[in-house]
Amino acid sequence: MSDFGSLYSKKVTDHFRHPRNMGEIRNPDGVGTSGSPICGDVLRLFIKIEKKGKENFIKEAKFQTLGCGAAIATSSILTTMIKGKSLKEVEKINNKEITKTLGGLPPAKLHCSVLASQALEKAIENYLSK
Amino acid sequence: MKKVYFDHAATSFIDKQVLEAMLSYFKDFFGNPSELHFLGQESKKAVEESRKTIANFFNCKKEEIIFTSGATESINLAHKGLTEALKNEEKPHIITSSIEHKAVLDSCKHLEKLDLAKVTYLPVNEFGLVSLESLKKAVLPETRLVSIMYVNNEVGTVEPIKEIGDFLKKLNKKREKKIFFHTDATQAIAYLDVNVDHLNVDLLSLTGHKINAPKGVGVLYVRKGTKLIKQQDGGGQEFNLRAGTENVPYIAGLGKAISLINNKDIQKIKDLSKKLTVKILKIKEVFLTGHPTLRSPHINSFVVKNAESESMLLLLSDRGVAVSAMSACNSDLLQPSHVLKAMKVPENLLNNSIRFSLGKNNTLEEVNYVVKNFKEVVNYLRKLAPKL
Repeated sequence: MSDFGSLYSKKVTDHFRHPRNMGEIRNPDGVGTSGSPICGDVLRLFIKIEKKGKENFIKEAKFQTLGCGAAIATSSILTTMIKGKSLKEVEKINNKEITKTLGGLPPAKLHCSVLASQALEKAIENYLSK
Repeated sequence: MKKVYFDHAATSFIDKQVLEAMLSYFKDFFGNPSELHFLGQESKKAVEESRKTIANFFNCKKEEIIFTSGATESINLAHKGLTEALKNEEKPHIITSSIEHKAVLDSCKHLEKLDLAKVTYLPVNEFGLVSLESLKKAVLPETRLVSIMYVNNEVGTVEPIKEIGDFLKKLNKKREKKIFFHTDATQAIAYLDVNVDHLNVDLLSLTGHKINAPKGVGVLYVRKGTKLIKQQDGGGQEFNLRAGTENVPYIAGLGKAISLINNKDIQKIKDLSKKLTVKILKIKEVFLTGHPTLRSPHINSFVVKNAESESMLLLLSDRGVAVSAMSACNSDLLQPSHVLKAMKVPENLLNNSIRFSLGKNNTLEEVNYVVKNFKEVVNYLRKLAPKL
């Protein structure tokens, strides 16, 4: 299959073609939805938390996304970046790190990574508010 | 993998006969048409024969056909050239529509910015139609140019060019200063009546690459008596309206492409488009954009609820299907389609458009392949989307 050469990095293309952890979690511990007024994209992140000793860990993460290739890829990679990590570690993840992990995004698509980090923030907030 | 090209409104393949008509002007007859020697004259003959073919096609005089590098240049020359020619008169008023191609819109904005013209951008209805009534109301004493596209490139709606042309012709009889009429006929050339006297247009732009000629060659039709100032200075080529050595092989190719336009191909594309549209509209929550009947046969455009344009495009491309769309996410400016916005398409569908544009070599088998894959892609993306 040809790549989307001039448009996306290999990693973005891979996560777009083969999204990891797509779908929803029944009875999640936290849900975060973010939407971009710029392009109408909507991203929803579900997390399941597990306590190990004093720390909270993300046991499971799933996403649902309506949006462009970059929106789907950022959602997908985000779930792989947070699964198994402690909340403390995960709270440090920002949109720059998501972009970096994806091997970069075109300038016009940087807002997709912001969308992903916002969904993460909201999912954690949602968990902590319970 | 099967490869299906349904993006002919973006650009088209070069017809074998067109390529054939061009080859000798690359290889053997490479002379400059301005030169008097035998090679120059051979090139000159090719340019003039193409001009004659095209003039016949438009029912106009040879001297009214100006070769350019494409529709964008033709449009720029028409709008800027006419405005400049009127510079000693009152600042001209231009009427255009809000769904024109960027070449028209940005030429108008350029003239506004330089304070050389006033511009009215007419609204359209939900089908992308400009109304003659709103145009009539917009006419001012200083109106000197009306510029309306023949077929909208995104949604295929056919604008009432003949009605506008007839109205302006009548109006001009009563006016001291003529209102000139330009139409961007880029998407209409192969499908609709382009007899310039039927349409009563003074200026008409087209490009070769949408009609199986190469990219980089186009035409501006300029009715006799329409004064333009050339925008590209240099030699006196093209009746002193467009400087630069003529692109002989491409001009020969364009003439050939125009001579190949025929009703059989149009009917075939019409039939295939109809079948495609009927099948696509059977998918739940997919809606036709543009006018249901007043549309060019080659453009089939839709909006798809809960599936975003770029994702549809890329996944279809992975399945060997080439189509296109306009959405915020695949424009560098992050703006959704100005056409769909002007048609007041609901916000949740603005970034969900898709356009299947057919050409003369497409088949029913390809239509079926595209429909099957499109259904699968839409179902997949809808499953991926959050339930709102």
